[in-house]
Amino acid sequence: MNIIVCLKQTFDTEEKIVIENGAISEDGVEFIINPYDEYAVEEAIKLRDEVGGEVTLVTVGPDRAETALRTALAMGADRAVIVNDEELFGDQFTTAKVLATVLKDREYDLIIAGNMAVDNGSGQIGPRLAEELNIPQVTTITKIDVDGNKVTCERDVEGDLEIIETTLPVLVTAQQGLNEPRYPSLPGIMKAKKKPMERLDASDLNLDPAAVQSPTVVEEIYLPAKKDAGKILSGDLADQVKELVQLLHNEAKVV
Amino acid sequence: MMNFELPKDIQDLKLGVRDFIDNEVDPRSMEIEETDQIPQEIIEQSKEMGLFALSIPEEYGGLGIGMIGKVAVSEELGRTHNGYTTVIGGHVGIGSVGIVELGNEEQKRKYLPDMATGERIGAFALTEPSAGSHAYNLKTTAVKKGDKYILNGSKHYITNALIADVFTVMAVTDPSKGPKGITSFIVDKNTPGFVLGKKEKKMGLHGSHSAEIFFEDCEVPAENLLGAEGQGYTNALKILANGRAGMAARNLGSCDKLLEMSLDFAHMRIQFGKPIFEQQIIQHYLAEMAMETEALRSMTYRVAWMVDQKMNVIKEAAMVKLLGSETYNRVADKAVQIHGGIGYISEYPIERFYRDARITRIYEGTSEIQKNIIAAQLHKKYA
Repeated sequence: MNIIVCLKQTFDTEEKIVIENGAISEDGVEFIINPYDEYAVEEAIKLRDEVGGEVTLVTVGPDRAETALRTALAMGADRAVIVNDEELFGDQFTTAKVLATVLKDREYDLIIAGNMAVDNGSGQIGPRLAEELNIPQVTTITKIDVDGNKVTCERDVEGDLEIIETTLPVLVTAQQGLNEPRYPSLPGIMKAKKKPMERLDASDLNLDPAAVQSPTVVEEIYLPAKKDAGKILSGDLADQVKELVQLLHNEAKVV
Repeated sequence: MMNFELPKDIQDLKLGVRDFIDNEVDPRSMEIEETDQIPQEIIEQSKEMGLFALSIPEEYGGLGIGMIGKVAVSEELGRTHNGYTTVIGGHVGIGSVGIVELGNEEQKRKYLPDMATGERIGAFALTEPSAGSHAYNLKTTAVKKGDKYILNGSKHYITNALIADVFTVMAVTDPSKGPKGITSFIVDKNTPGFVLGKKEKKMGLHGSHSAEIFFEDCEVPAENLLGAEGQGYTNALKILANGRAGMAARNLGSCDKLLEMSLDFAHMRIQFGKPIFEQQIIQHYLAEMAMETEALRSMTYRVAWMVDQKMNVIKEAAMVKLLGSETYNRVADKAVQIHGGIGYISEYPIERFYRDARITRIYEGTSEIQKNIIAAQLHKKYA
């Protein structure tokens, strides 16, 4: 089975966001594999080990994203593709088009993406890519079984469980709970450097950057307003209620 | 051209190990300290990671990353609980290096693949009640009888003894020859007459256990002779020398972690209305810690490079062991001072590093013995 994993390198979730000259500063920032994509990598490796085949990683991003690919190769993926052409960077529309172009001439049975990236959090790449490729999709899965051509997924629907049956080829997006990603072993890290890494740009893909240009315009980037500490009322319960109503009226002005 | 940069793959190894240590081991260091036990799942995960294979060549199932690679990984291991670090360090250092460096092909094939996966743990047994710094004053004897050697005597302070399967043991085969009458053996723990003593209670390094060993007419097959008869003491010195750069690297990691924690604390702790970092004395403490840590880093990697170049490192290995342990103790002392009261409280890791640092000036050759070795090397051409 040929499994494709769409992967994005994101800020470490513990990083503090600093805005400099209207853009998010990458100075001294540690990058990681987007945690949801890490579930995707783990699931792909497990499925490959069960039924055979190959796991190919695909990312659209700058050169630094190769570190994330190498980590996923060290976990056990077989090969990686990076589209590191700045002209092809944009919003979810652009990225999905680029990924579709990368995949259209490749063989794939199963595509696994993260449910969303922890940086922009749009959750659109998986669904858009499935539409571009005209294949079925199952989002936010917490379990997947592949039996021949038949695929059974369990998906998280806001606390409820939905069981969906479909067939290959299919695109699924990984939700927390799908698995517990492994740490790359030291022999895995040593082997990763010898695994193939394909680097592609617009001309390799025969793609006109103007045709996939991002329709989104970023007006401004700003941090959420600082939240003041809450006020805790004390004293007799009846007095507290009176005080609360008065505060909501006069101070917060919400009622 | 001089190049101080680590190879890319070794940098990746470091990052991978740091990720594992920070997320799986370090959060449980308080538990390790209190229970005096490394959780079994951490040991299993460490085996799966390949951390037990650090010293073992590729052809025997190891990583084949040389001394530079081993030192780079050991530095990361030093950043967490030193008891955990010692369980792995004892195995990949003096516990397995004897067989790697001195074993014959048959011995390597028999032991190393299982030692690389961590299925069999290695330990090194030299020290005896009468033989500490006076390392060749051994009383354990090995008498040849047919195709076996019969061992009698005892060892103590043997790191990892309670979890080890394979021991590199030094014993006297010819008492008339002094250091040249010592021979090294590979002894399996299941050998009849091999008896483990009780766990020794220690000031620090909790979770890593040392114990006594007794040989009571312990019959070791002659094929388990490591190297040649009479070469045991030279072998022991070689094994210890090789272990020294690894130990310095673990101490380096601990210094690095202490510096990081002290720097964070100095910026967070407010006294006299401002962070204590703004006091010049605290800045100077931190500057000294940073400088000494960096000096140790330079020397550790240089000695590792020399080992990989097959250069003679007797003097440099002694120097880096000495620098590593003395630096660690000074850095730990300053870290306690910067942290003040909280540096003395067991709920915070600083006092643990402080206690764990103390043994590094004693084991695998005291600081004083290292100075003797260095001086003897300096004196050589005048002798």
